[in-house]
Amino acid sequence: MKAVLTVTQLTKTFGGLHALDGVDLTIGRNEIVALIGPNGAGKTTLFNCLTGVYIPTGGSVEITSPEGHTTRLNGLKPDKVTSLGMARTFQNIRLFQNMTVLENVMIGRHCRMHAGIPGAILRNARTRREEKAVIDDSYRILENFQLDRYVNEFAKNLPYGAQRRLEIARAMATEPFLLLLDEPAAGMNAQETKDLDDLIVRLRNKEEISILLIEHDMKLVTSLSDRIFVVDYGRKIAEGTPAEVCCNPVVIKAYLGEEIDA
Amino acid sequence: MSEISEHKILFGWEEIKKSLLTCIWFMFLTFPIMVIQVNTIHRTVEWRWERLFFVGAGAFLLSFLWRYMIRRKEAGIKREETAQNTHQDLLQRLLSNPRFSRPALAVAVLFFLTFPLVFSLYQIDIMTTALIYVVVALGLNIVVGLAGLLDLGYVAFFAVGAYTYALLNVHFQLGFWICLPIGGALGFLFGVLLGFPVLRLRGDYLAIVTLGFGEIIRLVLENWNEFSFGPSGIANIPRPGFMGMDLALHQNHTYIYYLMVGLTVFTIFVVRRLQDSRIGRAWTALREDEIACQAMGINKTRTKLSAFAIGATWAGMGGVVFAAKTTFINPASFTIWESVIILCCVVLGGMGSIIGVVAGALVLKLLPEYFRAFSEYRMLVFGTVLVLMMVFRPSGLISSVRRVYRFEGRNKLEGQP
Amino acid sequence: MDLEYFFELFLGGLTRGSIYALIALGYTMVYGIVELINFAHGEIYMIGAFTGLIVAGLLTLLGWPALAILVIASIAAMIYSCAYGWTMEKIAYKPLRKAPRLSALISAIGMSLFLQNYVLLAQTPDFLPFPNLIPEFDFLEPIEHIARSSEILIYAVTAVVMVTLTLLIKFTRMGKAMRATSQDREMAMLVGVNVNRVISMTFILGSATAALGGVLIASHIGQINYYIGFLAGIKAFVAAVLGGIGSMPGAVIGSLVLGWSESFFTGYISSDYEDVFAFLFLVVILIFRPSGILGRKESDKV
Ligand SMILES: Nc1ncnc2c1ncn2[C@@H]1O[C@H](COP(=O)(O)OP(=O)(O)O)[C@@H](O)[C@H]1O
Ligand SMILES: [Mg+2]
Repeated sequence: MKAVLTVTQLTKTFGGLHALDGVDLTIGRNEIVALIGPNGAGKTTLFNCLTGVYIPTGGSVEITSPEGHTTRLNGLKPDKVTSLGMARTFQNIRLFQNMTVLENVMIGRHCRMHAGIPGAILRNARTRREEKAVIDDSYRILENFQLDRYVNEFAKNLPYGAQRRLEIARAMATEPFLLLLDEPAAGMNAQETKDLDDLIVRLRNKEEISILLIEHDMKLVTSLSDRIFVVDYGRKIAEGTPAEVCCNPVVIKAYLGEEIDA
Repeated sequence: MSEISEHKILFGWEEIKKSLLTCIWFMFLTFPIMVIQVNTIHRTVEWRWERLFFVGAGAFLLSFLWRYMIRRKEAGIKREETAQNTHQDLLQRLLSNPRFSRPALAVAVLFFLTFPLVFSLYQIDIMTTALIYVVVALGLNIVVGLAGLLDLGYVAFFAVGAYTYALLNVHFQLGFWICLPIGGALGFLFGVLLGFPVLRLRGDYLAIVTLGFGEIIRLVLENWNEFSFGPSGIANIPRPGFMGMDLALHQNHTYIYYLMVGLTVFTIFVVRRLQDSRIGRAWTALREDEIACQAMGINKTRTKLSAFAIGATWAGMGGVVFAAKTTFINPASFTIWESVIILCCVVLGGMGSIIGVVAGALVLKLLPEYFRAFSEYRMLVFGTVLVLMMVFRPSGLISSVRRVYRFEGRNKLEGQP
Repeated sequence: MDLEYFFELFLGGLTRGSIYALIALGYTMVYGIVELINFAHGEIYMIGAFTGLIVAGLLTLLGWPALAILVIASIAAMIYSCAYGWTMEKIAYKPLRKAPRLSALISAIGMSLFLQNYVLLAQTPDFLPFPNLIPEFDFLEPIEHIARSSEILIYAVTAVVMVTLTLLIKFTRMGKAMRATSQDREMAMLVGVNVNRVISMTFILGSATAALGGVLIASHIGQINYYIGFLAGIKAFVAAVLGGIGSMPGAVIGSLVLGWSESFFTGYISSDYEDVFAFLFLVVILIFRPSGILGRKESDKV
């Protein structure tokens, strides 16, 4: 199996707090991997270190594109990371609230477009073509995510579940080969979670991308993921298939007192 | 039913008591400064009691209005939280309806084109100044309204443009038409130079740093006599010539007027196109959420810098015209408060809305000219406008609307502004 | 180098620094609690000075003794500045608590512009002479040419204010509530802190110290106008940032550093560019060390 993401000995400290403490992690092509752990374990911090929002204190992060280019991500800016092909969503939804749903997705297309200021002012044939294409593509993405009836709605006026989906749609618009989802099912009801399950499977199968997902809903996690990583206090304490992880005593101990949603 | 209870709330005894308290409070508050005028040299005191009455009456009445507005605002927030559709107000609906907006545009065009034929030299002058502010405010609108960067040193770029023309003319006898693009280019250059180090700062610090840069530029112009001729400024800056001809005074003013109309139209054209482009969307996204914006692959620094520098370009060009029109410039025209006035135009009209900003700049520049009484209280009013707009209507008089796209059936796409 | 000249500049810097400190304290407290650059804070200082001037002028005409006038004028100035600060918060900032930060800043700028022009229109655009209220102390005669009694008074008052404020914040209930609010407003509200009162109190305390600064510097320099608040306000803000905004000892250290730098710069290098120097200071600090000397480095949680 060829790895698309290789994390070795990743460390991040905030003052004296070791939010991440020597984490190793790999994700293969077209794989769905779940990252679980109690609140405050360092999962979101890991995402932030991977995507360049935080600069890791130590260790290395590398991604390998489907074409086989390997890039070391340490110290790269978030926008660079995204344009290299790793996109993410946020635990607390971060949509562009006062822009329309379509515009949110169009922003996702930004890094795959080229028009600059002269193009914008002159509006030459190339720019017009690009604009038309981006509207076209964005609309199609919205259709895929069943968001097309909201096209001109402000993002802030969408129902909660739709906002979560829009965040994924927007991330997908950047054409990633690796997608990071931070608690995508948080706050969703059973039906919405079920839809999300289908959506993620569909994404993996149709778009051939790898997905790393943080989630607390164990039913979703076990049904979706090929492998599970468990972190606690910034360390990886277990990894394996859902069946292996679920009966691992270390994991059960880490979750003791902490409820596992079934 | 509800109407009666609302009246009761508005004029009930409780409300009157509150207003009375407010009234007494403000009479106390303004007492020394409004009423007592001490002259320590002539050893006299002037008591201006009548003012206390005005303050009291004003505070009493305004406090009803204030509470009513606050209540409406809070109700409005609740409505917005529940409503699916963002509600648009009458003005916006009118403007987006072509049956109204087309004739309105035609009337506006006709008005501005025939203006010099109808009105006196004095009026033409005033309108020209107002148009300079329109252009400059539209430039600031890119920075503040679209990209959400509060630039309090904006007038520095205006000064750069004005001094570019004045100095190049004094030293090298360069003409207006050469200096106009040079002024714009230097504005851009300064925008990049000043913007680069400061744009990674958080919003409020950015505002203060730009204020600092603005004041530095003004103070340098004031003190560096060899370069800028100091506080006395530069006089006898030539007005623009027309194909090498020297024009008579009246013709010349008319000429500058049309030139400004042209520049305004050009600015509106460019800003509209920028707003509705890849870059323009990135600016707005950056204003909405920087972190999400970067996660979408947008280079934060470059995007901010482009907004900052393009805004500065327009200030630079506006400055050149300003110098040519007034024929005299000195550093005193470029204080921080000038930036605040331009900001006020943007805020009043509606951040991010082109029509709004044009209207805001025209209103704020023309009103003081036509109402002399108003002109004395000009700055007081500007301050009040800033506070009230932020409290009650942060989106401005004519708030910006997002572009609506129509899709007829699957895959048949058509964008409609 | 001339030692006496050096001392003169040193003490001059201390004077400036003390006044900046009195203003900067208000900036830093407000920022610590509501995260707002209270742009109009300089205007509160100016209004303090004006109220002081009006009261002092009246009492001078009545022939009261200088020291009594000084005390009464200071108290009046403090009362009025507090009243203005409190009212300002209610009108221009409180309705904007949930709004974006820039909205509140724009509102603050509007407030600043309003207050300046209010005083300009209601009083005068000209400089007004401020009565000299501080008698020359006899025991200062030997060093009179370096430090005047007004300067000594400024140092003393600043020190007393500093200590009092520190004790207030450390030991009173209100002080504890203030510290809690500045740590985490939501949490403070949950445990029963009346946040509205805390915020009002912050504005009141800040305004009172600024007013003291206003009266002291006005009687030291001898004249005021409606515009003195702007520059003093900006400089005090620089000082607050330099020390680490939100930190009270930081505000004092920052103020002293700024005061001395300015004093030595104008004394030894150039007096034309005095204000340029202050603004350069501002720009450099904000660009290179926005967290200041004592400030914590902030990083946004994502
Ligand atoms: N910017 C930051 N500054 C200081 N501490 C942080 C920061 N971001 C996260 N932390 C700390 O790191 C730890 C891990 O947090 P996080 O990654 O958000 O946990 P979770 O696994 O629930 O996503 C927590 O103790 C949190 O308080
Ligand atoms: Mg998390």
